Amino acid sequence: MVDESTRKTLSSIPLLQTKAGPRDKELWVNRLKEEYQALIKYVQNNKAADNDWFRLESDKTGTRWFGKCWFVHNLLKYEFDLEFDIPITYPTTAPEIALPGLDGKTAKMYRGGKICLTDHFKPLWARNVPKFGIAHAIALGLGPWLAVEVPDLIEKGVISYQEKSEDTK
Amino acid sequence: MSTVEELQKKVRELETKLAAFQSNVAPGRKKIDVMSSEVVDSNPYSRLMALKRMGIVDNYEKIRELSVAVVGVGGVGSVTAEMLTRCGIGKLILFDYDKVELANMNRLFFQPHQAGLSKVDAAAATLQNINPDVTIDAYNYNITTVDNFQKFCDTIRAGSLTGGPVDLVLSCVDNFEARMAINTACNELNQNWFESGVSENAVSGHIQFIVPGETACFACAPPLVVASKIDEKTLKREGVCAASLPTTMGIVAGFLVQNTLKYLLSFGNVTHYLGYSALTDYFPTMSLKPNPQCDDIYCRQRQSEVNARPAPVEVATEVTEDDSPVHTDNQWGICLIDENVPEEEDTSNLNLVDGVQVAYSIPVDNGTPESSTGGAVAASELSLEELMKQMKSM
Repeated sequence: MVDESTRKTLSSIPLLQTKAGPRDKELWVNRLKEEYQALIKYVQNNKAADNDWFRLESDKTGTRWFGKCWFVHNLLKYEFDLEFDIPITYPTTAPEIALPGLDGKTAKMYRGGKICLTDHFKPLWARNVPKFGIAHAIALGLGPWLAVEVPDLIEKGVISYQEKSEDTK
Repeated sequence: MSTVEELQKKVRELETKLAAFQSNVAPGRKKIDVMSSEVVDSNPYSRLMALKRMGIVDNYEKIRELSVAVVGVGGVGSVTAEMLTRCGIGKLILFDYDKVELANMNRLFFQPHQAGLSKVDAAAATLQNINPDVTIDAYNYNITTVDNFQKFCDTIRAGSLTGGPVDLVLSCVDNFEARMAINTACNELNQNWFESGVSENAVSGHIQFIVPGETACFACAPPLVVASKIDEKTLKREGVCAASLPTTMGIVAGFLVQNTLKYLLSFGNVTHYLGYSALTDYFPTMSLKPNPQCDDIYCRQRQSEVNARPAPVEVATEVTEDDSPVHTDNQWGICLIDENVPEEEDTSNLNLVDGVQVAYSIPVDNGTPESSTGGAVAASELSLEELMKQMKSM
């Protein structure tokens, strides 16, 4: 199933309550507020644990999200652009997180740089509709993916360290 | 910027033209007004119209009036579209947002020189050449985003040859999100559709006929999977997302179009669920009732409409009410694996046939989450804008 540290991270992210998708007008605004609250708490947790590893923001409608995530390997910080759309079926289906900069560089991706999630992700998500939100998808989907794939990509020489990513916040 | 975009558009147009040119130097045949049953070498419909003479189909030429939407023009969808084109379907509406890649060449239909073209444009060009009588509309967008979903619904609702709803929607997509989007649209529009799929290990597949309110919709239960007889523990996933075979995809497309033709032209029995296990050549079939507690509000609405109908004509049950086991001996020992299905699970009304199981289970009591120490978010007195700002300034 999910490893212990991911489970612990997940458990400290607040759960959401409003079951609403982007077509639900006012209820969607409530859901978006909850999404932001959970994300803010998650980033705060990460900072407190000295493990700050992503930033995310959305357009006004909350359907288009973009940001950055970074991963430290051998004391070097690698940074990646991050983006996804909220599908009309959200939150029944999870957002499909994409790292467009890595598109075509690993087989563990679908078209457009969408990361290939483990067999555990979808069942876990489905069992927790509507309580899981974007913060949970990041913690449960993107975090473990980066931890497995990035060291591998570095080792294969597919990605290399870039100086300027040092002080990006 | 606009000039760059214009140039890019021009490049795309020229690429499409070039591809069409490369794929076929000579133009195909001319359009034909009326399907003839005359048996001559030059009649592309003679063998199809022979179905009438043989008494299989009453009114084959009716196919010229019918419209079908194919969502997803990949390994299954492209073959599906080609079969319908060769059968002389009146109108085909294609949806996909992907491009042809060389990595697709293990499947049927697309050719290496089409790499880089959008799948819908490449497919439309090939299909139009095979049969110029078919009206083909191609839409190159992702149906799951808010704006595109509305366009998708409008096209399904008014995309037929007569400006009405299409006669059937065929889902040939490769992901859960798109299937749920099609399901949402079809429940809202009360549109009959077929779901189809091939497993990521390429050795099983299925088709499912969904009549909103009458048969289980895609949201009525967790996704169904055909037992592949592979031990999950031995399945290696390192370094790959998905495998695929032209065989499995061709077989599933064949089942899909066969049942499409039976439904559209009213012959034979339309199967509600047909599974395929490649390793054992096992084909379970069954009928699935909708879930009265389905998550989709429009599914529940369609169910109450169906229930309110006076004495519904039971066209459906006769096909699949085959209660006798499909295989009495079960020599491969295929059985439902209950490992993931605790007793509280609400799969009781599913009545799954042997060899088909739900991909995962959903607890009926959704009250206790798997991780809860973080508690629920409290209602925030901050506005959305303030929260957005706070997040941005972190």
